[in-house]
Amino acid sequence: MTSKPENNHNLSKNEVDIDEYQNDKWHELRRFTQARIGLGRAGVSLPTHHQLQFNLDHAAARDAVHIPLNCETIVQELANHSLPHVRLHSRAQHRSEYLQRPDLGRRLNRASVETLTQYQSTQSTSSDVAIVLADGLSSVAVQSQGSELSRKLIESLTNHSLRVSPICIVEQGRVAIGDEIGELLQAKSVVLIVGERPGLSSPDSLGIYYTYAPKLGLTDANRNCISNIRPAGLSIDDAVARCCWLILEANKLGYSGVNLKDKSQESADNAAAINSPTGNFLLGN
Amino acid sequence: MSFFADVANQRFHFADLKTLLAKATPLRSGDCLAGVAAASMLERAAAQLALAELPLKHFLNELVIPYEQDEVSRLIVDSHDLSAFSVVSHLTVGDFRNWLLSDSATPEALQLIRAGLTPEMVAAVSKIMRVQDLILVAQKCEVVTKFNNTLGLSGHMATRLQPNHQTDDISGIAASILDGLLYGNGDAVIGINPATDNYAAVTQLMKMLDEVITHYQIPTQSCVLTHVTTQLEAINKGVPVDIVFQSIAGTQGTNESFGVSLSVLDEAYDTALSLKRGKVGDNVMYFETGQGSALSANAHHGVDQQTCEARAYVVARRYNPLLINTVVGFIGPEYLYDGKQIIRAGLEDHFCGKLLGLPMGVDVCYTNHAEADQDDMDMLLTQLGVAGVNFIMGIPGSDDIMLNYQTTSYHDALYIRDVLGKQPAPEFTRWLQNMDIFEGNGRIGQAGRLGPFESSFKALVKE
Repeated sequence: MTSKPENNHNLSKNEVDIDEYQNDKWHELRRFTQARIGLGRAGVSLPTHHQLQFNLDHAAARDAVHIPLNCETIVQELANHSLPHVRLHSRAQHRSEYLQRPDLGRRLNRASVETLTQYQSTQSTSSDVAIVLADGLSSVAVQSQGSELSRKLIESLTNHSLRVSPICIVEQGRVAIGDEIGELLQAKSVVLIVGERPGLSSPDSLGIYYTYAPKLGLTDANRNCISNIRPAGLSIDDAVARCCWLILEANKLGYSGVNLKDKSQESADNAAAINSPTGNFLLGN
Repeated sequence: MSFFADVANQRFHFADLKTLLAKATPLRSGDCLAGVAAASMLERAAAQLALAELPLKHFLNELVIPYEQDEVSRLIVDSHDLSAFSVVSHLTVGDFRNWLLSDSATPEALQLIRAGLTPEMVAAVSKIMRVQDLILVAQKCEVVTKFNNTLGLSGHMATRLQPNHQTDDISGIAASILDGLLYGNGDAVIGINPATDNYAAVTQLMKMLDEVITHYQIPTQSCVLTHVTTQLEAINKGVPVDIVFQSIAGTQGTNESFGVSLSVLDEAYDTALSLKRGKVGDNVMYFETGQGSALSANAHHGVDQQTCEARAYVVARRYNPLLINTVVGFIGPEYLYDGKQIIRAGLEDHFCGKLLGLPMGVDVCYTNHAEADQDDMDMLLTQLGVAGVNFIMGIPGSDDIMLNYQTTSYHDALYIRDVLGKQPAPEFTRWLQNMDIFEGNGRIGQAGRLGPFESSFKALVKE
């Protein structure tokens, strides 16, 4: 690397003052957000450095979609905590089919249906919550946080005296596959933990989809979603707390979905509103 | 009724109108997934020939989804204006295209026939149009709407400032709002997609947006894009709500999957109107749509996704929205596979919406599992700019860190305004000039100016 020329503040008429065009003074607001603010301009356009950084991040996110889930590692992590599991596979045989045929990713293949049916026939009672871990569109997210999230969720549910099925690990799975799994396990509800489609700045984000009384054919209107679970987003502990709130509330009401409003933060937020300003620096508070 | 076309020594049969429309649709992955697409290129070309021969009157006699089964079909039939239709009622689909392209189809003439067109007629003609046709005709359709400012005037293009944050952090959202306003974005709406449907979090965002807009006297409107019933609950508790948002689609079943119906939307519309918050007008609704939603909800009735999409615009039209945008590349590659399909769909949606009289915006976007990139988005953005799109999204560096997709950036809005000589909404442009963000000539000023945020930013930095 060459050092910056010392005379760049003293330009001749024919030279362009690049710094003046490219700097935004408010770049340091980046401490509040990962959003790409304060990038500066070349004319009205994106400066070269940021354009190339974008291309790099897009390349990484594209690659993340196609990395297969390493199930063996997850199984080992669950085994370390003595958590039982079942391995399942959707009807989508590989990633390219998965991307073009979401219908296949929403259904279990024949072998998986048999596995679950057989398992359930050995059970004398049904569970309150079936837990599903599906690769979705980011196996990276499931790989890095999936077992910890399931473990903490199970701890919390057990503390509430709720019975939990073995963790179902699904390859090439989409959200609705949880309905079929919950139905086969005759579970009262299903929590599906899935890799969300990777963003440029977040290849590692998990989502939770919760459905009360799961059965084939339900739609998004029957589900509640908690998204952006990752180190730089919603923490695992907060996600577990919200998910438990939803489950307990749905058990009282007898339904999930758009009519079940997530008010888990209400009392905490009301307390916070009394004790502190909104934190909006644009208004000087 | 069945149809046929003879081409290349073969006779192609089409069992009914919805089959004909589906087979005539330019290739896209969603129609293949639904099993309604043409089996070959020749079959598609034949279907287009047969469709061009079809009289527009036929669309009044054959519905793609039966009247008895679907409230959107009932809305289409019951709201159809025969006298407005009379101007073009003698035309076939093919001649309708010729007429739309002709000088006879003036902006005034196009405005007069709006209520006489059904979404299926509009979808049909779009299927036999090229990209340049879709641009040329849309450019003739001016749709102006008002709430706290005036949107859709020709020579103007607005942006929705979309300051999303993955945990709805107020400071993070404020930072993106500051960035966007200093880049001249936010005249269509400052609209947040919240990370959750959590009532407390959502109402905090509503209050925050209202405080910022009031404090800086910004001639724009706010919106938190949560479910319509949550917004109604907030309104009933006195939380400030400018325009009411909902995702909608072109079949009753899809709307049910979103947890809405015409009666729910009716109630939302009446409630929003009753607030009388708009300073210059009373367009109070904001809708989002997108090809593929009906298939995704398994409620498409064998109708192709572009025709379903056009039907959603009739739902929107019932509520005189301030804004409607198609999130064209958002739903994923199973519906629009690559840049080519996304570009064409975006232009179709914009054309169909405009012809039906809607203030169309387009979320020029793609996900990371689609075969698309920034070059594809630049092509669609530029074409939509020429076509006269009412608004696009504006987001820091094209990266939505909450919804995990790429849409147009604050910079992109400046680019399209520069190359096409467009301005933001007039009231908003004046505000930008008064705040020392834009120059008197309507162009953005020197980079780095903090405009109205100088003092709050300096106070923050001192901490």
